[in-house]
Amino acid sequence: MTQGLFFALTAVGLFGIGLYGFLVHGHLLRKILALNVMGNAVFLLLITLARRNPTVIDPVPHAMVLTGIVIAVSATAFALALVRRLHRETGETHLDGTDDEEPS
Amino acid sequence: MMAWAFDALLAAGLLWLGWRTIASPSLFKAVVLFIVLGLLMTLCWARLGAPDVALAEAAIGTGLTGALLLNTYRLLLTDGRPPEDRALEGRPRATVFHLILALLSMGLVGVLGWALLILPEPAVDLGVLVQMRLDESGVSHPVTAVLLNFRGYDTLLEVAVLLLAILGVWSVSETITAPQTPPDLIYDSILISALIRLLVPLATLIAGYLLWAGAHAPGGAFQAGAVLAAVGVLLRLTGRIQPAPVAPAWLRSIVALGLGVFSAVAIGALALGGNLLEYPQGWVEALIVTIESCLTISIALILTLLFSGAPGLQRHWP
Amino acid sequence: MNPSELLALLNILLPIALIVLGAVFFFAGTVGLLRFPDVYTRLHALTKADNLGLGLICLGLAWQAEALAIASKLLLVWLLALLASTVSCHLVARYALRSGIMPWRRKP
Repeated sequence: MTQGLFFALTAVGLFGIGLYGFLVHGHLLRKILALNVMGNAVFLLLITLARRNPTVIDPVPHAMVLTGIVIAVSATAFALALVRRLHRETGETHLDGTDDEEPS
Repeated sequence: MMAWAFDALLAAGLLWLGWRTIASPSLFKAVVLFIVLGLLMTLCWARLGAPDVALAEAAIGTGLTGALLLNTYRLLLTDGRPPEDRALEGRPRATVFHLILALLSMGLVGVLGWALLILPEPAVDLGVLVQMRLDESGVSHPVTAVLLNFRGYDTLLEVAVLLLAILGVWSVSETITAPQTPPDLIYDSILISALIRLLVPLATLIAGYLLWAGAHAPGGAFQAGAVLAAVGVLLRLTGRIQPAPVAPAWLRSIVALGLGVFSAVAIGALALGGNLLEYPQGWVEALIVTIESCLTISIALILTLLFSGAPGLQRHWP
Repeated sequence: MNPSELLALLNILLPIALIVLGAVFFFAGTVGLLRFPDVYTRLHALTKADNLGLGLICLGLAWQAEALAIASKLLLVWLLALLASTVSCHLVARYALRSGIMPWRRKP
């Protein structure tokens, strides 16, 4: 197993973890966290795929991941502004009003 | 052999941190562990030979996203709602539904892993292609060449997405009526004043160096803009910059500057008879330098505004 | 052994020794983070031990850097980390004191 394949499988595992967290949690901030974890996993996969030719590293996935990081930050910032406004208007942090969290 | 041990530790750390971010009962711990995951990711990029991505991830992906998440967490805690709100902490009750979702996620991971194992060889080797045409691109670093010349359209749309994000945040945020005074703890600490006096000029210098070095080494407009945005976030957190209710004209011009200059160059190339974003011969380096400088300033201001969430900024020196 | 061989050996061993010593200090700082009883003692362990560990690692790396520019950049990294962690340690301790967290006292 090469180093690239090893990291690519790690990325796939991280994506599965993020996906599970996104589907399971109801709290919006946790959903945004899980979405960012999934995004990081996809970036890791793209970068490992850039190393398939051992002599020349492919720069196109690097540029795509750079673009992806900036877009992930933009989307996260907008999502967080929406969560803040929702909380300020209604006091809720869950979309459908369910209470699936045990009180701490 | 030692490299294998290091890679295995990194991968195990990534998976464990990812799991703790998702499954930690305290939301604050989840956010902090996410920031640590981002730092470990930066190590991964350095290990996989992607220094540009490592710089961008450390500054934007971990630093700014972490600051945004912590800021929102604090606002959710203190936002003036009555204390009988739903608790922020708590673990979801484990149900059969969650077990089915876990099994489905593991199934998806298995399918994706199998797809990776049978992945065919790429048809076109883009790395070699970029190396062959690097001289015509105007810069000598392949990632910058791809970002600003070969795939310049993607970068143009990315800056448009940034602009859309700040417009969205402006539309959704509440109007503020009076500038908020920072807590005295932050404001009148002598160490903070010393830190700002030392760090702000140094960080500006580093941002300028990153911008210039992007032509021949890892660096470029996004990393430089992120370092400048870090300066802006530092000034905002220590109270030297306060949110203002109205956005002055100069601020709005700078926010639109990056996209404006980039689009002007793109459409200008179209008007001069070439394709969209096809830089005219002999002008390539000058145009790329201009676009990158405008992008840096624009990105820095947009990221700072995304953090502060308010339409404008005003100074508040002691 | 003649002096040039000794110098070559020193050039290899000294960075390794410095980096290992730095790792030991980091380990000590982490043990302090996990074992100390309250915020102030944990901050003490974290800031002092980790900064010293980072300084030793940077010194070890700077010793075997290829150019003076790289060595001075490494030392700049250490100075910046020192600056940032000093100020954040001070702020955390100040905030903890003003929120009423009392320093730990050994039970008599």
